Amino acid sequence: MTVAPFARRWVSVIPRIPGSLILFWLLLALLGPVLAPFAPGEVVSRTVFAPISAHHLLGTDYLGRDVLSRLLCGTGSTVLLCAATTVLACTGGVFLGIIAALKQGLTDTLLSRFMDGVISIPSLLSALVAVAAFGSSVPVLVLAMSLIYMPGSYRTCRMLALSIVRRDFVLAAQMRGEKSGYIVLREVLPNMTGPVMADVGLRFIYAVRLLSNLSFLGVGLQPPLTDLGSLTRENLLGLVYGAPAVIAPALTIAVLTVGLNLALDSYKGKAG
Amino acid sequence: MARHGIMQPPPLISVQNLQLTGRRGRGLETPIVDGVSFDVAEKEMLALIGESGSGKTSVALALMGYARRGCRIAGGKIRVAGYDVTEMPPAELRSFRGKTIAYIAQNAGAAFNPALPLMDQVIEPALLHHVMPRQVAIERAIFLFELMALPSPGTIGARYSHELSGGQLQRLMAAMALITGPEVVIFDEPTTALDVTTQIEVLEAFRTVRREEGFTGVYVTHDLAVVAQMADRAVVLKNGVVQEEGTTEQILSAPRHAYTQALLAANTPQVRNAPTQATDSGTVVPVLDVRDLVVGYGGTGPDGRPRHTILSDVSLPVMPGETMGIIGESGCGKSTLIRAIAGIQPWTSGGITFEGEALAPRIEARSAAQRRHLQLVAQNADLVLNPAMSVGDTLRRVLTFNGDAANGAEIGRLLDMVRLPSALADRFPPELSGGQKQRVNLARALAARPRLVLCDEITAALDTVVAAAILDLMMELKRELGIAWLFVTHDLHALRSVCDRVAVLYAGHRVEFTPISALEEAPHHPYTRRLENSVPEMRADWLTDVISLRDQGSEPVPALSSSRGAGCCYAARCPVRIAICEVATPPVWRSPAGALISCHLTSQDLS
Repeated sequence: MTVAPFARRWVSVIPRIPGSLILFWLLLALLGPVLAPFAPGEVVSRTVFAPISAHHLLGTDYLGRDVLSRLLCGTGSTVLLCAATTVLACTGGVFLGIIAALKQGLTDTLLSRFMDGVISIPSLLSALVAVAAFGSSVPVLVLAMSLIYMPGSYRTCRMLALSIVRRDFVLAAQMRGEKSGYIVLREVLPNMTGPVMADVGLRFIYAVRLLSNLSFLGVGLQPPLTDLGSLTRENLLGLVYGAPAVIAPALTIAVLTVGLNLALDSYKGKAG
Repeated sequence: MARHGIMQPPPLISVQNLQLTGRRGRGLETPIVDGVSFDVAEKEMLALIGESGSGKTSVALALMGYARRGCRIAGGKIRVAGYDVTEMPPAELRSFRGKTIAYIAQNAGAAFNPALPLMDQVIEPALLHHVMPRQVAIERAIFLFELMALPSPGTIGARYSHELSGGQLQRLMAAMALITGPEVVIFDEPTTALDVTTQIEVLEAFRTVRREEGFTGVYVTHDLAVVAQMADRAVVLKNGVVQEEGTTEQILSAPRHAYTQALLAANTPQVRNAPTQATDSGTVVPVLDVRDLVVGYGGTGPDGRPRHTILSDVSLPVMPGETMGIIGESGCGKSTLIRAIAGIQPWTSGGITFEGEALAPRIEARSAAQRRHLQLVAQNADLVLNPAMSVGDTLRRVLTFNGDAANGAEIGRLLDMVRLPSALADRFPPELSGGQKQRVNLARALAARPRLVLCDEITAALDTVVAAAILDLMMELKRELGIAWLFVTHDLHALRSVCDRVAVLYAGHRVEFTPISALEEAPHHPYTRRLENSVPEMRADWLTDVISLRDQGSEPVPALSSSRGAGCCYAARCPVRIAICEVATPPVWRSPAGALISCHLTSQDLS
């Protein structure tokens, strides 16, 4: 119950983090290629897996390319691709989930069974099928990953909404004759922002993981595009040398996902 | 009461200058309880009286060395049965709670685990604290069940919480608290959530068990009539400060402090309503006319009636500008009736007309004008306002939806109508008090400019003083706007003070329909009389009188045969039933005073 003063100060800083952290990653994603000291594809050194030096801040990779430059470009694609996926998956999931809770009956059954169907196929497998059928391009990856992660978001939101749609203020809106869109956006959604935000954070992690997995298998983003997963994979050999080339992208994935989740978890809506 | 012995023993509970503070979010610590001191002698029952927010529960919990989340005991001394509660380490506190001091909470339904048989839970404190072996604990539990007049005390422990009524659970919870034979028992509003008829049984059970067990008690409540029955002395709290302390008699008959006087005034029934001369003479079209409404579930049987009926042939005409009261205990179907009228509960047969036009059973099929002119104000203001929408936005939406001007002035006017400052428009519901929320709830209904407002127990969750203010407000609005109200309640005081006519519901039947003027004059349906007698009065021997009256009256009644079906719905509980009650549906007749009574007995029999 009693919290030490320094801890209290630290706790009070947390709510301000989400906005600035998201902004930081987005800026990095957009400005990364500009900030990069070298062209990402250019072989700039004769030493492979070079350690940290003043010239190459994060050393060089398995071909002697500058790791920092490649990392700056790779972060951009991972962040943007996964953000797009998360936005699509969660928008669909939130909307359909609340609609299902609101309408119940046949709408709920049809939607839920469809989502169950999608969720029952392992995510990596469906992604591989999608890539095999439509080829590996950015739109295919984003759409496939959105479809894969929508059911999870849908189920979470449906459960959250189920307890809210039974409350009297939703009934009051229905009795007034409000349209479903209004009820979803104004009456139900604002009362579940906190858990939805936490869920968004989870979906983002999943997306980063799936994209990294795909890249690791070589069917994700294709060269010359690169992302954090493929950077880790291509430099895997550097592990035995302790090269920053493999540690840096892996660490970036960790910082990105864990940090964003901590930040989103601390988000509290108006209803608190 | 008998505190003036020659050698006064030291008090069993002694609270000196208690300070409790609380913190909301990351805000500053604010005092919740400020400098409260009182003593409780051994075997005495002390009442802590106050409204919500007065700190009475916080004080009671502090006696157990407990402070709610975000709160802490900031200062003062609490001594209970020789222990210094504020100094005790957690391990000692754990054995102190349950062994020496026990707590009976308001909502027994939520206190029991629905997945475990009740006996296991009742004897758990005894086993946990190693007070007695299991077999002894079970015997003691059965003894306590008997003492508290629970049905079939030997086997009730094998049942689960959902199989028992609220009143029975409350008594079981008392047994759970008493199983270890604690020296001090804290009662925290244990009968507030119960019907008046059930409350009598529970209060009587508490009194019996206290007589037998002889514990020291602290009784937390806002109901002064209950205090009169249960407590020897009382402490009146407001905003965490003691206003007055004295014997129960003195507090209730000659209160010295202005706040106690105000509390007493709010508890005393008063007529707020100037009765409208509404009659169903046929010249005026009723604003709402419910005809032979049947509501049920479980599908329809071969006779065209539902397999399980909630409402049986209920008729209810409401005249324009009239306040119609509906009263009955929980489960009598009063909320179902409101829901059917509001269009969220389909019905099997019968019909409802609103301003002369038939109402569709489903809200979706009703016209915009009908939806607008018939408004529902629900009981629980916490659930009925969107916590994420400001008060102003909530009202604005109703106005724009109905195509009215929705400027700040109009919202200010609505808030003013329910006596709230217009600055409240920017606030969110979680920041408001219970009374304020209920006013906003009313304002939202009024924003639609209704002709009839359905009020479902709108004062049930509020403090007496706040509830009295809401009732006053209702009556003012009735005079100013000519709105008709349908007022559902289980509180006879509230009903008397605002209604023009009253329908008494029992088990889905309208057993009596009476103008308020006739409510004071005999004859009445036996159930109406029982309801009237169950309302606690502020004299100390009221409970004793009611119980003895009940015990006398229950002798000459013929035994009830098992075949139910036709016959009077009240036969099973009726103290004056005759043989025919079980087989024939009672006729409806009009008493000299104008009450419509459905009973086999005649006017003379019932007088």
